[in-house]
Amino acid sequence: MNLRPGAAADMPAVEITGLHKWFGELHVLADINLRVGRGERIVICGPSGSGKSTLLRCINRLEDFQRGDIVVDGMALTRDTRRVDAIRREVGMVFQHFNLFPHLTVLENCTLAPIQVRGMPKREAEKRAMHFLARVKIPEQAGKYPSQLSGGQQQRVAIARALCMSPKLMMFDEPTSALDPEMVKEVLDTMVALALDGMTMLVVTHEMTFARQVANRIVFMDAGQIIEINEPAPFFANPQHERTKLFLSQILH
Amino acid sequence: MDVPVAAASTTNSTALAYVRAAPAAAVSPPMATVGVLAWIRERLFPNVGSSLMTISIALLLIWIVPPLIDFLIVKATWTGADREACLPTAERPEVGACWAYIGDRFAYLVYGSYPVAGRWRVDVFFAMLTFGTAWLLWLEAPRRDIGAAYFFVFLPVASFLLLHGFEPIGLSIVDTALWGGFTVTIVVAAVGIVVSLPIGVVLALGRRSRLPAMRLLSTLFIEFVRGVPLITVLFMASVMLPLFVPDSWSPDKLMRALVGVALFSSAYMAEVVRAGLQAMPRGQYEAAHALGLSYWQTLRLIVLPQALKVTIPNIVNSYIALFKDTTLVFFVGIFDFLKTIEVGRADPAWATPVTSATGYIFAALVYFVCCYAMSRYASSIEERLAAGERR
Repeated sequence: MNLRPGAAADMPAVEITGLHKWFGELHVLADINLRVGRGERIVICGPSGSGKSTLLRCINRLEDFQRGDIVVDGMALTRDTRRVDAIRREVGMVFQHFNLFPHLTVLENCTLAPIQVRGMPKREAEKRAMHFLARVKIPEQAGKYPSQLSGGQQQRVAIARALCMSPKLMMFDEPTSALDPEMVKEVLDTMVALALDGMTMLVVTHEMTFARQVANRIVFMDAGQIIEINEPAPFFANPQHERTKLFLSQILH
Repeated sequence: MDVPVAAASTTNSTALAYVRAAPAAAVSPPMATVGVLAWIRERLFPNVGSSLMTISIALLLIWIVPPLIDFLIVKATWTGADREACLPTAERPEVGACWAYIGDRFAYLVYGSYPVAGRWRVDVFFAMLTFGTAWLLWLEAPRRDIGAAYFFVFLPVASFLLLHGFEPIGLSIVDTALWGGFTVTIVVAAVGIVVSLPIGVVLALGRRSRLPAMRLLSTLFIEFVRGVPLITVLFMASVMLPLFVPDSWSPDKLMRALVGVALFSSAYMAEVVRAGLQAMPRGQYEAAHALGLSYWQTLRLIVLPQALKVTIPNIVNSYIALFKDTTLVFFVGIFDFLKTIEVGRADPAWATPVTSATGYIFAALVYFVCCYAMSRYASSIEERLAAGERR
């Protein structure tokens, strides 16, 4: 479908092998191995400080890492700036605190990267942006500034902004953690719709209902390591590792 | 005492819950907290100490203001051809400000010795500058990007050709030694303002660069210039610069002073801009990078527009300081506005006891009006930013 010529159909969206990362002396990611297939939806959970967000941020190189390999969409992630930019173009990211650009309107937030990075004509970029804003159900807010929107609306704009780049992979870093409770649902609904469309997704979240409903596999991390990977049903019904059991008992009450 | 309606209407005399059945009526506040009298009592005489302060300040104003008005307006001389008009006479033992002198010398104060036939060129320069400034300062103005290009690229070149002259289009060369008065003050300030912002941005970015050489160079420059008084920079520029360049190319006096002022203000501007850059949340960089924007695109499209906007008040502050500092070029022999006042003061045709005072008061008024306007602009921006209108 949208594979580049010569790419094998079974080429994974992301392949991480033997990844290690240190913050100074602190070993924050230890021997991470993960293969994300195309169209696969993976939820990463674990206690705070377990390295979930850091792992996501390594994939688009917002964070540096010291050892191991990451291959995104067939491209090995190196220090080369052009390679990093090429990978970032294909990987959309949604942040906990939205990080919309406050000096631009909603529409400009969505068209900026397609115009500047992909060289898309302005008219076309705006048409695409309106399409995706309609998909996240806020086309009527296109002319407003982010500060005029609610948290839930801002996060949906952030999702639309990432989608405008037609990413091969969408990463969500605790997308609902900074939201007021009544706004969590509208964002999760948007993400579910995206999953139904077959988007490859890597989601760090504590929303276990969402994980159960959407994930193909759930990754449990603790202390910088992947402790357990399983499909949702067995993961919740029959966690294997002691730490997984402890975590689930704490989070599910 | 009002009894809550709900409680009163319950049949059960031991009501367990208090529930208001009707909205409380709005009642006007007690008399003593509103109105002029209350304001006077609250703001001027709230207690003994403040009352004493109020009275002292009132007395001070009574002592200063009437004589000042007397000198500046009531006893002032408004018209006259020479010193005779402003000299004390038997009928007029006390003479106020000699505005006639300012009126007579006005053209000199504005243009210095710029040839009379070419003064329209200075007027055009003022008009272009005013236009560009208004375009940039009015935040809702259309196409401010073109405005910026006009102000930072077109205006400097056009102004130079206009003021200095350009033979091919029939503008005769006017030596900078003839420039003077308010024109020179504005030229020095404008060059400082136009040059310091871009160089300041570059220095600020350099100081935050990941490349050690860039960081070191920027830091050295900023700290060196900030560690030296402007007057020293000006003396260095006017005395030492000719030592480093060939005689045939020796830049003229005004140019040397302009370089000095520009370098000096750039160093200060760099620190102002750096504060703005530091106030940018990391998330903005991350979001831009995650979308695939390059370092320069992130700076140009995301970081600088926001960082510069929040630093507008501080940038204007630096400009106010710079505007007043331009008076220092006086010491390297340039006829700025203050220097023309000095020259006029010593003019025998207008030698009277009040000429100096009038000249200095006029200079103070002119500087005050310019700086106060900038200050008001900065506070209005500050209020808008405080109101959360971060556009």
